[in-house]
Amino acid sequence: MTTLQESAPTKPLRRLAFGVGTIAIVAGLIAAFAVPALADDYWLSSIIIPTVIMGLAGIGLNLLMGYTGLVSIGSAAFMSIGAFSTYNLLLRAPFLPLPVVLILAGLIAAIAGVIFGLPSLRIKGFYLGASTLGAQFLFEWLFTNFSWFSNDSQSLTISAPRLQILDYDLQSATGRYYLVIATTVLLIALAFAIVKSRVGREWMAIRDMDVAASVIGIRVARRKLLSFGISSFFLGIAGALWAFGYLGTADAHAFNLDKSFQILFIVIIGGVATIFGNFLGAAFIVLTPILLDRLSLVIDLSFLGDQGALANLQHIIFGTIIIVLLIKEPDGLSSLGRRGVEALRSRARSSN
Amino acid sequence: MSYFLETLVSGLFAGVMYSLVAIGFVLIYKASGVFNFAQGAMLLFAALSFVTLIENGMPFALAFIVTSLVMVAMAILIEWLVLRPLRNRDPLTLFMATLGLSYVIEGFAQLLMGMDVHMLDLGIPDVAVQVGGIYVSQFDIIASLIALTLVATLAIAFNKTRMGISLRAVASDTLAAQSIGIRLPVIWRLVWSVAGIVALVAGLVWGSRQGVQYSLSLVTLKALPVLIIGGFSSIPGAIAGGLLVGATEALADIYVGPLVNGSVSTWFAYILAVGFLLVRPAGLFGDREIERV
Repeated sequence: MTTLQESAPTKPLRRLAFGVGTIAIVAGLIAAFAVPALADDYWLSSIIIPTVIMGLAGIGLNLLMGYTGLVSIGSAAFMSIGAFSTYNLLLRAPFLPLPVVLILAGLIAAIAGVIFGLPSLRIKGFYLGASTLGAQFLFEWLFTNFSWFSNDSQSLTISAPRLQILDYDLQSATGRYYLVIATTVLLIALAFAIVKSRVGREWMAIRDMDVAASVIGIRVARRKLLSFGISSFFLGIAGALWAFGYLGTADAHAFNLDKSFQILFIVIIGGVATIFGNFLGAAFIVLTPILLDRLSLVIDLSFLGDQGALANLQHIIFGTIIIVLLIKEPDGLSSLGRRGVEALRSRARSSN
Repeated sequence: MSYFLETLVSGLFAGVMYSLVAIGFVLIYKASGVFNFAQGAMLLFAALSFVTLIENGMPFALAFIVTSLVMVAMAILIEWLVLRPLRNRDPLTLFMATLGLSYVIEGFAQLLMGMDVHMLDLGIPDVAVQVGGIYVSQFDIIASLIALTLVATLAIAFNKTRMGISLRAVASDTLAAQSIGIRLPVIWRLVWSVAGIVALVAGLVWGSRQGVQYSLSLVTLKALPVLIIGGFSSIPGAIAGGLLVGATEALADIYVGPLVNGSVSTWFAYILAVGFLLVRPAGLFGDREIERV
C-alpha cells in the first residue's frame, strides 16, 4: 500500500535520497569503528560483540527464510561447521591467513548447507524442518563423538590457535571487535548486493509463489540450493566469530538447538526479509536475559528461593515477551523503526 | 536371532511411547494447523502436577481428574491469550508462539513445583515376562494397551460425536466450517483440552519410566520424526511412524552404533525421516497437500 504512494520519485529526489543514504552509511561506518573508543571492555565483550555476531547469523537465516521462504530450524549446525572448520584450518594449515580461513570455513558450511538443502527440492514447510533438525543433531553428535575435530582435546573444546591478521594480534576485546565488525560490515554489503540482484528477486519470486516462478523460467531448484548455500556461508562465518571472537573457546554444545531457536527468534522478532532488522532481533535476544538478570538484582526476589527459581521466572518472562511481540508486532521490530520514520516524515510534510 | 527379535520388540514398544506423544501434536495440527512445540512442556506440566498431588496424599483417580481439569483450564487460557490474538497468521509465527509458550509453561511448572526428580509409581511392575520365546517387559505391554485404548477412544469420539464431526469439518475446510456455524474458538479449546489430557497420559507413562523431571519436555524432539514419517495430520500415521522410528532406532543403536563409536539415537530418526520424505513426501498417511515443483 505504501509502495504505491512512494513509487516513481522524481530524479532529483532520488539523487538526494541516494546522497542521504551514502552519508548515513559513511556515518554508520565511522560510528561502528569508533565504538571501542566509547565502550569499555565489558560492553564490547559481553554485549556488543555477541549482538553483532548474532545479528550476522540472523542475516544468514533471513536470506533463506525471509527471502526464499524456506524453513530451517538447524541454523546452529552450520555455525558449528564454520567454527570447527576455522579451528582445523588454523591448526592444520598454519600458512593460511585468517581472512582466507574464514572464507574457506564459510564455504565448507555452504557445502553442508547445500547438501541438507537437497530435500527442499521435494518437500516444503515444516517437513523441511526435519532435514535441518537432522543437521542440528547430526553435527552436534559428530563434533562430540569424534575428537579429531577438536584435535583430540580432553574437553572437546576448540580455542583459536592464533587470532591475527598480518602481524596485528586480535586477542584483546578491541581487536576481536574490529575483526567482528569488519567481517560483519563486508557481509552486510554482500547481503544487500545479493538481495538487490537478480538472484534476490528470483528468491522472492520463489518465496511468494514457486510454481509461478518456475513458469516464468526461474530455475527454482538451483536457486533454492544457492539460498541454502549462501545462508550457510553467512552462518558458518558467524559461527567462527561466535567461537573465537566472542566465547574464546567453544564446544559443539555451544551450537545446540537453543541457539538455533534463538536465531529463529531473531529473524521473526527483528523482521522477516530485512537486513538491519536482524540486529534489532539480536539485541533483543542478547539484552533481554542481561536486563532480566539486572532487574532481579534491583528488585528483591529472595522470596522465590534459590537461583533455579529465578531462572524459571526469567524463562516465563522471556516466553511472554516473545508471545506479546508476535501478537503486537507482526512484521517485527524493524517495522517499528520504519513506522517511526514514516510518522516523522508525514509530520514534516503536514507542517510544510 | 532372539537377541535381534528382543531388540526389535523393545524398539517397537519404545515406538508406542513416541506415538503417545505424537498423538497430542496431531490433534492440534489437525484442528488448527499449529505445530505445537509446547506439547512437551504440557506433558511435563501435567506429569508434575499429577505427581505433586499424589505426593500430597491425593488418591490416584482424583489426582487424574484434577490434573485433567488443570489441563482444560490451561487450554482455555492458551486459546484466549495466544491463539485468538494470533488468528490467521502464518504457521511459522504460530510455531514461534508455541516455542514462547513452552518457555512459559516449563517455567511455571518448575517454579510452582520445583525442579527435583519425582519418582512416579503407577503400580505396574516393570518385570520381564516370556512371550513366544522372547522376554518382554510387562510395563511395555501395559503402556501399549493404554496407548491403544487412547487411540480407540479418540477414533470413536471423532467419528461418532457431534463435536468430533465438527472438528473434522474444521480440519478439512476451516472457512466452510465457520460458514455453517461451527465456532472455531470452541473447537480450539476442545482440541487443546484433549491434547492436554493426552499429554497427561503420555506424561504418566513416560514419567514412570524415567522419573518426572525437566527432560520429559524433550520427548517433543522424539515425536517430531515420528510425525514427519507418519504425516502431521493422521493418528494412525502417528502410531505407524512411532513403531517404525522405535524399531529402526533400536536396531541402529545396536548394529550401527558400535561402528561409529557411540549411540546414534539423537539423530538417526531425523535422517531416517528425511530419507523417507525423499521417497514419499507426504509421509505414510499424510494429506497430499505438499505440492511438488
